Amino acid sequence: MSRILKHRLFWPLVILVALLALNLFFTDNFFKIQMKEGHLYGSLIDIVRFGAPLILVSLGMTLVIATSGIDLSVGSVVAIAGALACLRISGLSDQNSVGGVLGAVGLALVLSVVLGAWNGFLVAGIGIQPIIATLILMVAGRGLAQLITDGQITTVNSSPYKLIGGGYWLTLPFGIIIVAVVLALTAFLTRRLALGLLIESVGGNAEASRLAGISARGVLMTVYAFCGLCAGIAGLMISSNVSSADGNNAGLWIELDAILAVVIGGTPLSGGRFSLSGTVLGALIIQTLTTTIYSIGVPPETTLLFKALVVTIVCLIQSPAFRAKVFHRRRRPIAARPAAEEKVRVSA
Amino acid sequence: MLKRISALILAGATALTMAGCSSSSGGSGGSSGGGADDGKLVMGFAQVGAESGWRTANTKDIQESAKAAGIELKFSDAQQKQENQIKAIRSYIQQKVDVIAFSPVVESGWDTVLKEAQNAKIPVILTDRAVDSKDTSLYKTFLGSDFVEEGKKAGQWLVDQYKDSKDDVNIVQLEGTTGSAPANDRKAGFQQVISADPKFKIIASQSGDFTRAKGKEVMEAFLKSNPKIDVLYAHNDDMGLGAIEAIEGAGKVPGKDIKIITVDAVHDGMQALADGKINFIVECSPLLGTQLMDLAKKVVKGEQVPQRVVTEETTFTQEQAKEALPNRKY
Repeated sequence: MSRILKHRLFWPLVILVALLALNLFFTDNFFKIQMKEGHLYGSLIDIVRFGAPLILVSLGMTLVIATSGIDLSVGSVVAIAGALACLRISGLSDQNSVGGVLGAVGLALVLSVVLGAWNGFLVAGIGIQPIIATLILMVAGRGLAQLITDGQITTVNSSPYKLIGGGYWLTLPFGIIIVAVVLALTAFLTRRLALGLLIESVGGNAEASRLAGISARGVLMTVYAFCGLCAGIAGLMISSNVSSADGNNAGLWIELDAILAVVIGGTPLSGGRFSLSGTVLGALIIQTLTTTIYSIGVPPETTLLFKALVVTIVCLIQSPAFRAKVFHRRRRPIAARPAAEEKVRVSA
Repeated sequence: MLKRISALILAGATALTMAGCSSSSGGSGGSSGGGADDGKLVMGFAQVGAESGWRTANTKDIQESAKAAGIELKFSDAQQKQENQIKAIRSYIQQKVDVIAFSPVVESGWDTVLKEAQNAKIPVILTDRAVDSKDTSLYKTFLGSDFVEEGKKAGQWLVDQYKDSKDDVNIVQLEGTTGSAPANDRKAGFQQVISADPKFKIIASQSGDFTRAKGKEVMEAFLKSNPKIDVLYAHNDDMGLGAIEAIEGAGKVPGKDIKIITVDAVHDGMQALADGKINFIVECSPLLGTQLMDLAKKVVKGEQVPQRVVTEETTFTQEQAKEALPNRKY
């Protein structure tokens, strides 16, 4: 029992279940999943479907944060990827040609990787602080997206493109399948191969890692480029879902949601450690919260306050120090006490 | 360091514009105010930015109308920053233009610069957005849409559509960005008209931030938590377009199973209206250029103009949209 309680995914999971349970009381049919038009249909499906881009962005963010960095530019990359893909597709003579759409998607993803690598270059190559380095692209990138779309909303009418974010495959939303594939790949690369260890090592101490023979620069470049790629795929999903590219609003503030998802998932901002499954849970919690607000009808004027309250509670519950104070005031773990006293003695 | 560099660049830019202005106004003898000596009226226009298709159409129309009316237009784009706009207005005052027009980025903080214009005896016209200055003598007139009226028009169409029906009409509403003037006023105007009859019920209302993506997401949730929706009222076309996708995804027919009313009449919205997916659009027209130029001429001549002028706007049904679509500018 105590092992379950101590598992780092326990509390995020409790929060997610609590949010869902809230809907059990306030919304009828929230858990009903039907077949409609040959695909699954229901609120739960919506949560994963609309949450898919956030999960992707958060995955990239997790690895960046694990290197004790941060990437503020993901929202802009989301906008750029969608804008470029829609621009290319709107220029096709046949918008439904699979080859043309693949070309546009490929180009957008290559550009996303390049933009991510640019961040990596600024951070690892030049040594700018990550928050500043990525702030550059965060601000400039939205301008670039508007430049691509000419300040307009570019609308496309292409069924292959529509599939990415708004379509279904084997009754499942296609976006979820993409997320599952990217998640599996990432988990394999970081947990079955040594990459995860290298990332954590660089996050723990980049200089020591370099002296130990790890190419810290290479790891950083890879991680930022990967984060760019994730944001690019998310951007394609978001724009494909509504068949249009909106340089102004696509992915606006998604970087903040992603950072929140990572933190809720138990990855510390100081780096050196990360949890992919925690991040996925974190992103799902955020999306469930959003859908819950719409479903139970929180008035728009108080939506932000409601969100703030829930997030505050989530963060407090997540904090071991807070839990220790509130729940176990008298029952401190025996092993911890001598260590604590030791520390006091040393500092005195 | 950065500050110093940007100051340098700024100084350079100012010097350049000064040089530019002195060489151009040198011909007209640098006369103060009047501008009547060479017959050509000079207007300084400070635009918000180019944040949407609506705004771009607005800019284009003002530029074209100025040319058609024989008014020399000095145009600046504030890129949604108030300080840029104040800078632009100050430079217009220095250049001694005949009239200044601008769409304020935000409502407050204009008193000082408007006083400066008043002292220089240059009349100011506000377009599209208002300022909250207590002293209304600081500007001559405000030309723009009446958002409350737009909401009322939307509500009126709904009331007319269902005047023979006795059943309840379940309405869901997609609001604009929370707290923005168009969102507040379009909601209030709509509410005013439909509240006369208790059969009209707004069963859900959420903000869709004026975007397609949010419109779709919110509508998905509405569709699941409310089994019977008759009417959707969206505060702009884009949210309506997003909602249409959600409705289609739920296996319902937009425009038939769920009637849709939106505001704006941008090109994609008009297309959907002509295709029968939207039922009614209340226009919020960016094409106020001609009215602006007329007002400018009157103001410079010293004629009295009303404090508030409403943009000439109309509404569109599906048939009207089919007719109007080929000639739409935006």
